[in-house]
Amino acid sequence: MKSLEELRALREKMKSQTDNRSVASGDETVIKVGMATCGIAAGARPVLDALLDEADKRNLHNVSISQTGCIGMCRLEPIVEVYKEGNKYTYVHMTPEKARKVMVEHVVNGNVCKEFLVGENS
Amino acid sequence: MRELALNVLDITENSLSAGAKLIRIALDIRFSADTFSICIEDDGCGMDAEMLARVTDPFTTTRTTRKVGMGLPLFKYSAESTGGRFDIRSEKGKGTRVYAEYRIGHIDRIPLGDFGGVILQLVTMNTGVDFVVTVRSEEAEGELDTRAFREVLGDVPFTEPEVRAYIKEYIQENLVTIYGGRL
Repeated sequence: MKSLEELRALREKMKSQTDNRSVASGDETVIKVGMATCGIAAGARPVLDALLDEADKRNLHNVSISQTGCIGMCRLEPIVEVYKEGNKYTYVHMTPEKARKVMVEHVVNGNVCKEFLVGENS
Repeated sequence: MRELALNVLDITENSLSAGAKLIRIALDIRFSADTFSICIEDDGCGMDAEMLARVTDPFTTTRTTRKVGMGLPLFKYSAESTGGRFDIRSEKGKGTRVYAEYRIGHIDRIPLGDFGGVILQLVTMNTGVDFVVTVRSEEAEGELDTRAFREVLGDVPFTEPEVRAYIKEYIQENLVTIYGGRL
């Protein structure tokens, strides 16, 4: 059984690290995954897990990943929206594999994955 | 929906959009009676009796993009098709409680699936909302209360990788092991 004591120890350990972490908030990338009934049924949860996993693996601290409601194009779910450098990119029919590719190619390296964008797939 | 856990995620989204501040999710298992129940209770805006009566109709929804809402009907169906039952209560301004009961051994029962993963997602992705998640069986009982986590962590968010890893393990060891592999 995990206890709150362990969390307390973790908190103490993190106190010293927090300062050098809150840098580079200006160029933050925001990623949103549609997580309404339509998105969930189409497989949005594995997509979200893949995004989080890539962010963890690559230690991406300037990326914020969150969930949102119905984006309005249920037939194109799972949908991932990427907000980067003032632009919004809508990726449709996502899979965990495609999500990992977007994370590497677009979020990290800055090359938009055009083949997955809504304009190419609707 | 291929996992009941996804229904839990979906129904809890309703609580979140109802502006809930505290959401209770309870998984009660009685292996000896071959049943278990899922209960999701919130302190959100609730709904009036008229809306409540229509809410399990797939052609009722609060969203504005279309006229179909499948969340509650699917959840209701998942329970009733196993010979279980479904119940929803709500009071305007007070909150909503959704309850579904299942026969574990029924051939049409959908597997529970990655319940732990869903709880992790709900807890870490909704800052500002508290969750109390309990899993109970005849043999054991486990609870996760985000208010207790918050008290220890102070201003450190749940999204920090180290904290997420802790919560993930907490869910696994304190909740998932209670039913592990049997649902």
